[in-house]
Amino acid sequence: MNPTWTRFNITSIVLGFAFLYLPIVLLVVFSFNASKLVTVWGGFSTKWYASLFQNQGLMDAAWVTIRVALVSASVATVLGTLAALVLTRYTRFRGRVLFTGMVFAPLVMPEVITGLSLLLLFVAVGLDRGFLTVTLAHITFSMCFVAVVVQSRLLSFDRSLEEAAMDLGAPPVKTFFQITLPVIAPAVISGWMLAFTLSLDDLVIASFASGPGATTLPMKIYSQVRLGVTPEINAACTILIAIVAIGVLAASVVNKQREVQRRRDEQAAQRG
Amino acid sequence: MKSLGSIRRDFAPWNDPDAKPYIRFENVTKRFGDFTAVNNLSLTIFEREFFALLGASGCGKSTLLRMLAGFEEPTEGRILLDGQDLRGIQPYRRPVNMMFQSYALFPHMTVEKNIAFGLKQDGMAKADIDARVAEMLKLVKLERFAQRKPHQLSGGQRQRVALARSVAKRPKVLLLDEPLGALDKKLREETQFELMDLQQELGLTFVVVTHDQEEAMTMADRIAIMDKGEVMQVATPAEVYEAPNSRFVAGFVGNVNMFEGAVAERTEKTARITGSTGAQILVENAGDAAKGANVAFAIRPEKIKVSSKKPADDVNALEGEIYDIAYLGDMTVYHVKLEDGQVVRASTMNAARIVEDPLTWNDRAWVSFRPDAGVVLTR
Repeated sequence: MNPTWTRFNITSIVLGFAFLYLPIVLLVVFSFNASKLVTVWGGFSTKWYASLFQNQGLMDAAWVTIRVALVSASVATVLGTLAALVLTRYTRFRGRVLFTGMVFAPLVMPEVITGLSLLLLFVAVGLDRGFLTVTLAHITFSMCFVAVVVQSRLLSFDRSLEEAAMDLGAPPVKTFFQITLPVIAPAVISGWMLAFTLSLDDLVIASFASGPGATTLPMKIYSQVRLGVTPEINAACTILIAIVAIGVLAASVVNKQREVQRRRDEQAAQRG
Repeated sequence: MKSLGSIRRDFAPWNDPDAKPYIRFENVTKRFGDFTAVNNLSLTIFEREFFALLGASGCGKSTLLRMLAGFEEPTEGRILLDGQDLRGIQPYRRPVNMMFQSYALFPHMTVEKNIAFGLKQDGMAKADIDARVAEMLKLVKLERFAQRKPHQLSGGQRQRVALARSVAKRPKVLLLDEPLGALDKKLREETQFELMDLQQELGLTFVVVTHDQEEAMTMADRIAIMDKGEVMQVATPAEVYEAPNSRFVAGFVGNVNMFEGAVAERTEKTARITGSTGAQILVENAGDAAKGANVAFAIRPEKIKVSSKKPADDVNALEGEIYDIAYLGDMTVYHVKLEDGQVVRASTMNAARIVEDPLTWNDRAWVSFRPDAGVVLTR
């Protein structure tokens, strides 16, 4: 008897997955709908994908989004990594608790408030809203996510590695770039990817911080949907889902392979 | 010539009043907040010496090593290396290298790159680096593993890489923090001798931190025994074992029987000690124990003879009953309960395979020892 496949278990799995993925499956299916009506099936077609690439407005928005995400993820990664370093290394400076709280506050701060306060700031200093302001806003809120990811890696980092490097004659900066950074690189990269995806799909903060000429894809989709959902939007979303899914899958496959290889190496080393 | 222990040591700069110390700790104190890790400690180490810091965990031995490496600065006092005050000199500018307990191998570099790391920092020419790395790999017999990453090595191999990396720069002093702690017993014994050979071959000064007394006794020229941030005794392994200077050292290193009592009679050399229950012990070389002083007489188990009849020749003989026996193959350990209740531990080498009239549990027995077999401790 296999106790794991009871009727109850099967039901809960089906319900759970349906709850999570049914909406997404619907969206993907209807992106291949030949009919112009979004909820009525009119046969299979890929024409909306073709027309998507001719929709200049959507393509512009996508390009803006990608640029914002690339720049903000990169800057947020640098700042977040620095914050994580300070939090794990300099455990005894004055105001550390306050600093910790302030770094992590954006995690729990309602997005509306973050967006509004950024808008107020930009208006107050007279910064024209556009590409720069969206990017700045995204850096602000994604930095703390990077800090969390990198900090958890740094906590398990063996400090004697750095001491060994210094002992062998490497000054602190060199030690950081030659030893610390390569060792924590996986965490820094996943921090970057997290910041990138957060920036890709942010709507609320972008709406506050953006201005003419810097409409991001989520903003564009949202404004179009208010005029009625078109199959083009479904197609755009399907492409986004595909990109993210491929990214996640690739990352986990690479990780898995590396893990297996590592275990094999270690066993081989033990055998001598 | 007579001397303590069974080794003649020709290398003994600590006995030479003209010898210049190489490393000198002068009244060094280190505090972490309220906790005093090292307390007003002074110590000298000579060039080419294999020096061991021995103590239980938390005695300050690792802190001492880290201060020498530059990872900690003394709160008070100073450390001199070859006449130079080390205060304020960053770890990466000190002519010492350290082998870490965790080995601290760089996981993203091959064995070769790990060993070359320190040489690269010095801006050595590529060809010279390659030659030195090859030499080091040969020294630790890891030529075949040059291209492996640390996780592809066994524990013993990692230890060798760490060793090769730390001696590659030819430091003036090599610091070793529990160098054999992570190895299993058999490998540890082999590696002890390899470390000694290596030290001879390279002619370096080694300072090793360990909690394993056997390790310290095997490898070191001199041992500093530490407790609660202070040095209790600095001496050769034989002196530490045969002539401990305090109850702490006698009890810390090896097994010992301790008879507490008072000095009843005193001549220039000898002393008669009366135990708290009346047992009389005659001791030669009683040191500076004055008449009436409360002292402990410490004697090692292997210096005590156990016999079924009262020995005719020994002046010190105490009667008791065999309480426990442990047969260990190379030797047998007897626990003899004396009249006053004290249990004496005595061990006998099993030099012969066949023994006549062996002792058994609850037999009446005499323990006896020569007047010079033990030491009188006042501290």
